[in-house]
Amino acid sequence: MTTTAPAAARDGSAAPATGSSPWQLARRELRRRPAVRVSLCVVVLLVLMAVTAPWLGALGGWSPEEYDKSAVDPYLGGQPLGSFGGIGPEHWLGVEPVTGRDLFARVVTGAQVSLLIAFAATAIVVVTGTAAGIAAGYFGGRTDAVLSRLMDLTMSFPSLIFMIAMLSVAKDVNRIVLMTAVIGVFGWPGVARVVRGQTLSLRHREYVDAARVGGSSSWRILTRDVLPGVCGPVIAYTTLLIPGMISTEAALSYLGVGVRPPTPSWGQMIAESVAYYETDPMYFLIPSVFLFLSVLAFTLLGDALRDILDPRGGRT
Amino acid sequence: MILYLARRLLALAGVLLAIAAVTFLIFYVLPSDPAAAACGKTCSAERLADVREYLGLDQPLWRQFADFLTGIFTGRTLGSGQYAVQCDFPCLGYSYENSLPVWDLLMDRLPVSASLAVGAAVLWLVLGLGAGVTAALRKDTLTDKALMVGAVAAASLPVYFTSVMLIYGVIRIAGLLPYPTYQAFSGDPLGWATNLLLPWTALALLYAAMYARQSRGSMIEAMAEPYIRTARAKGMPERVVVVKHGLRSGMTPILTIFGMDLGGLLAGAVITESIFGLPGIGRLFYGALVSSDQPVVLGVTLLAAFFIVVANLAVDLLYAVIDPRVRY
Repeated sequence: MTTTAPAAARDGSAAPATGSSPWQLARRELRRRPAVRVSLCVVVLLVLMAVTAPWLGALGGWSPEEYDKSAVDPYLGGQPLGSFGGIGPEHWLGVEPVTGRDLFARVVTGAQVSLLIAFAATAIVVVTGTAAGIAAGYFGGRTDAVLSRLMDLTMSFPSLIFMIAMLSVAKDVNRIVLMTAVIGVFGWPGVARVVRGQTLSLRHREYVDAARVGGSSSWRILTRDVLPGVCGPVIAYTTLLIPGMISTEAALSYLGVGVRPPTPSWGQMIAESVAYYETDPMYFLIPSVFLFLSVLAFTLLGDALRDILDPRGGRT
Repeated sequence: MILYLARRLLALAGVLLAIAAVTFLIFYVLPSDPAAAACGKTCSAERLADVREYLGLDQPLWRQFADFLTGIFTGRTLGSGQYAVQCDFPCLGYSYENSLPVWDLLMDRLPVSASLAVGAAVLWLVLGLGAGVTAALRKDTLTDKALMVGAVAAASLPVYFTSVMLIYGVIRIAGLLPYPTYQAFSGDPLGWATNLLLPWTALALLYAAMYARQSRGSMIEAMAEPYIRTARAKGMPERVVVVKHGLRSGMTPILTIFGMDLGGLLAGAVITESIFGLPGIGRLFYGALVSSDQPVVLGVTLLAAFFIVVANLAVDLLYAVIDPRVRY
C-alpha cells in the first residue's frame, strides 16, 4: 500500500498526484472493516445524543431530577413496578429504585456530562501536548531538556490517586470544570512525546529548511510547516485518548469524587446501582452498557484512524 | 553502569522530592483546612487555634515542608509540651481518624495490595502475551481477529462492571468460590490464592487486553526480522525461534508498560479493593478520603509515587538484561 497519507495530511487539502488522500483511505478502510462502520455510527449517535440531551431527554416526558413515586413499589423497598426495572411506554428505560427517577432522561443527561468532560479534557491534553511537543522538538536544547524533564515528572505521578486526592480536597468549585482540568493535567505528556518525535524528524526536512532560508519567522514555520506535519498522528492519538478519558471520568464519578448528585454521569449512576445489581439488574446494566459501548466504539474508531493516519502504524 | 545507576538514583530522588512538594501543596495550600479536619465538626475557635499550633500549621509554609521532609528521613517530634509525640523514621504523620502512625497503617495494608497486584500481573502477562503471540503467529486468520476483538471488548469493560459480574456469576450463582477475604500467603497459600482469584481475574481482564494488542504488534514486527529467518535456516525448532528470538526482542515495549502498570497498581487498585472488600492500600486511601483523613491520603499518594518511580528504574535496568544491545 502507498504511504502518501502523511504527505497528504501535511498539506492538508489537495491529494498528491499518485496515491490516495486521507479521505479516500478512510472510505476504503470503512468499506473493508464493517466493525469500524458500526463504531462510527455509534460514535455519531452518542455525540448527537450528548449535544441534543436537553431536548432528547424531554421527549421521554421526564426531567432527569424528577421523582416519580408512582413508578416504584413502596412495599418492596422501592423496587420499580413492572418487569425489567419498570421499562414501558411511560419510562422508556425504566426507573431508579426508591426515587423513581426516569433512567432514559438520566442516561441522556449523563451522556452529555460524561462526553463533555471527556472531550474538554482531551482538548486540553491535545493542545498542551502538541504545543509542548512541537516546542521541545523544534527548539531543542534547553527548551527540550526542561520540557522533557517535565514530561517525565508528570508521568511519574500516580495519576488516578492524584486526581482523586485533588478532587476530594477542592470542595466548592464547579465540578465539571475542575474534573476537566484535573484529568487534563495528567494526560499531556503522552501526546507531547509523540509530537516531539514527529517534530524532530520534520525539523530538518528540505521544505522546513527552505522556509527558514526564505526568512519565515519561527512562529510561521511552526504553524505553517511543522504543525500540519504532526496532525496525522495527533488526530489518531486523540481518538484513542477519548475512551481513556471517558473511563477515567466514569471511575472518578464512580468513586464519588466526580460530578456531584443530582447531576447524573454514567460512572455515578453505576456506583449508585451496584447495590441493586441482583434485585434490579436493568438499573445496573443500562448505564454500564452505555459506558461500555462508547469506550468500545471510540477505541475501534481510533484504531482505524491510526491505521490510516499514522505513518508507522500497522500498514505494511 | 555504576555512573548510570548513580545518576538515575539522583534523578529518582529529585522526582520524589518534586512529587512530595506538589502533594504537600495540594493538601496544605488548596482551600482545605487540615486543622478543622483534625479537630472535628464541633470545634471552638480557641480549640482550632490550639490544634493549628499543635500541627505546626502556624509556621511558614517552607518550614512546614522542611519539617515534613525531615520527618520522612529521620523522624520528628510532633506537637509540643505535654502532648508531644515522637514520630519515628519514616514519619508520615498520624491518622486523624484513629491516631495510628500512617507508616504503620501503610505497611499493614501493603501485603494485601502486593498480593493483589503481583497475582493479577502474573495472570495478565500469561493471558495477554499468550493471546498476543497466538494472534501474531496466526496473523489475519479468524483466531487472530477473534482474539483482538475480544481484547478490545475486554479492555472497554469498566473494572467495576467485570468485578460485579464475576461476584454475581461465580460466587452468587455458581457458588464456586467464597467471597474474597484476605488470607496471608504464609499461613495458607491455597486459601490465599482461591480468595484472590476473582480480584486477580477482574484486574487481569482489564490489563491483559492491552498487553495482547501490544505484544501482537511487536511480535509481528519481530517475526519479520532477518534474524528470525536466520534462526529458522539454522534449523532451530519453531518454539525456540518464537520464544527466544521473537518474543525476547518484542518484550522491550511491553516491559515499559508493565513497569508502569505494576507500580501504579501497588497502591492504586482503589476500585477493585473497594468492590471485593480487600483491606489493601487502595481501600485505606478511599476510606481516608471519605473521612478527610489527610495524613493518610498524603502518605498513600507518596507511597504510590514511590512505587511508580522505582518500577520505572527497575524496568530501565532490566532492559540491559533482556536486550543485549542496550548498554549503560
